[in-house]
Amino acid sequence: MSDILKYFRQDRLPHIWCPGCGHGTVTGALVRAIARLKLDKNKVCVVSGIGCSSRAPGYLDFDTLHTAHGRALAFATGIKLARPDLKVIVMTGDGDCTAIGGNHFIHAARRNIDITTIVMNNNIYGMTSGQYSPMTPKGFLGTTAPYGNVERTFDLCKLAEAAGATYVARGTAYHAQMLVDLCEQALTHRGFSVVEALTQCPTYFGRKNKVGGAVELLEWIKDRTVNSKAAAVLPPEKTAGKLLIGELYKNPQPEFCDEYDKVIAQVQRKFDGFRGGVRGCEQNSD
Amino acid sequence: MSGRTALLSGNEATAIAMRQARPDVFAAFPITPSTEIPQYFSKFVADGETPAVFVPVESEHSSMSACIGAAASGARSFTATSANGLALMWEELYIAASLRLPVVMACVNRALSGPININNDHSDSMGARDSGWIQLYSENAQEAYDQFFIALKTAESVGLPAMTCQDGFITSHAVEPVELLEDGKAAGYCGTWKPGRTLLSGPVSMGPYDGAEFYMEHKRQQSDAVSQAFEAHARAVREYGALSGRLLDPVEEYRLDDAEYAFVLIGSSAGTGKDAVDRLRERGHRVGLLKIRLFRPFPAEAIARALSGRRAVAVMDKCDGFSGSGGPLAAEVAGALYGTPAAERPELRPFVYGLGGRDVWVEEFFGIYESLRNPWAADAGRVEYRGVREEAPV
Repeated sequence: MSDILKYFRQDRLPHIWCPGCGHGTVTGALVRAIARLKLDKNKVCVVSGIGCSSRAPGYLDFDTLHTAHGRALAFATGIKLARPDLKVIVMTGDGDCTAIGGNHFIHAARRNIDITTIVMNNNIYGMTSGQYSPMTPKGFLGTTAPYGNVERTFDLCKLAEAAGATYVARGTAYHAQMLVDLCEQALTHRGFSVVEALTQCPTYFGRKNKVGGAVELLEWIKDRTVNSKAAAVLPPEKTAGKLLIGELYKNPQPEFCDEYDKVIAQVQRKFDGFRGGVRGCEQNSD
Repeated sequence: MSGRTALLSGNEATAIAMRQARPDVFAAFPITPSTEIPQYFSKFVADGETPAVFVPVESEHSSMSACIGAAASGARSFTATSANGLALMWEELYIAASLRLPVVMACVNRALSGPININNDHSDSMGARDSGWIQLYSENAQEAYDQFFIALKTAESVGLPAMTCQDGFITSHAVEPVELLEDGKAAGYCGTWKPGRTLLSGPVSMGPYDGAEFYMEHKRQQSDAVSQAFEAHARAVREYGALSGRLLDPVEEYRLDDAEYAFVLIGSSAGTGKDAVDRLRERGHRVGLLKIRLFRPFPAEAIARALSGRRAVAVMDKCDGFSGSGGPLAAEVAGALYGTPAAERPELRPFVYGLGGRDVWVEEFFGIYESLRNPWAADAGRVEYRGVREEAPV
């Protein structure tokens, strides 16, 4: 524990998350992965939008930016392009990332920009007290679906893969050690990496759906997931209706900032005596 | 459930008004502190208490878009939001107004980021004051309930969208007695909306490119509609008064008759202000209060009438316009007073208070009153912040 405390703004603790919330487990997993990789604190920038998930960077002792609802990836894109040397991490939730911020998510994936996105999926809008989100399973209750949600959910990992993300994994707050490994893999991957972390919201999702408290919710998460490696050898009836966890997709592709730099380098070769700054544009305007 | 007095929060009272006004469509996205309104409404829908369609969208940009689409096809359409939700609707606000679609919104006022803050001030809806929407501000849950009907009636009679505003948490979450209309009476008051032309009534093109040849004529028509909204609002107020016994004029004068000094403000602080006026009156001070309910269109004549002849007035904004001379209310009131004869024109002092949920106490009003009675301090600047730490945190 003491080895990760230095990554926290300890004067900002205790946090605001409810008792039994899984967001601390996910945040802990990310920080443990950062500690394992011995990343320079001054070279890590954590960006968030709005919601319970997005409060996490406030507790982390890196450069952090808390932005508008759904827009973390748009801000992060700007940061990464201005300072490609930084390790840019986005912490977001299922509402923030897949509803209001859905467009930014698919386009960040499409560009394959080197940003690691941790999606804390608790299947509900927690901060505004339990409205159903695009990740609330069909039939489940939310305060805006008092008799059950009729909408289908995204398969967020398939969405990320289809949109162009080059590292996609799903973990859970139950499988905490595996989540650390997945965060570590995502952080070392060059390109757009996504870790969907299934996490529990006992206050709204658990209570509204009578699933129970934190422990029961963690068991519910365990029961609805199966390790992707195990699934490959299990009979279909054992995996039907279950979400795969583990590393689901990895396909290194040219990264956006690298491609951008290539174009700049080409242009620089064309114009003799061009003296550019970090991105070759500072002295190119008059 | 109706025709009686109930203990309700401003949000629940508003949701009930929305149900009673019989909309066809309600589209919304959750944002504190207005979230409860769509929550209550979704339950009305699920319980079969309203035939309205509830559309839980993926952002406020979409909720306003859905309302515009629904209203364009002739459906009575409502939404609710706050702060950044309203900001995300920005481009649609202008489109609703210019397409002359009477969408009605409950805005629960919250400070607009940043820095992020979920508590009350008026920086969200004040930013939308020039979008072409009618704006009504409420002091308490009763007014939030009553003015929703008035907003609807005004909006539909002139073909302009309208928003009712109530103070986040202070009004939206505090529970107080609210006198409700009977469902039938409310429905009778609201009637049915008879739109001129709708998307499904024949071949109609809405929102096409409007070049230099006609754009200005359309804006002039929009401006005329805003002017007509004064009379439409007055009519809606009169009819509502006859129905409910509550008269909600564009401005409310409180103990202004012989007042030498006055507080001018909007929203829930009027309650605290009235209490301050009472206490100052007990001590023999001639002071009163002017509360503004209708902000768009701006009732400049009524305000000038109410304030002319006073010695000095404190115009209190829960929002800094960052103009260097106070908030939007101060600027508008100054404009309203410009037409009054110089001898009658009171000295106007702009104050900014209560930002981001900073509490306002009766004592705050005493301090403002003291400031009003004394000559303007040379170093006070052109706007005075009240209830603020003098040493800003680093």
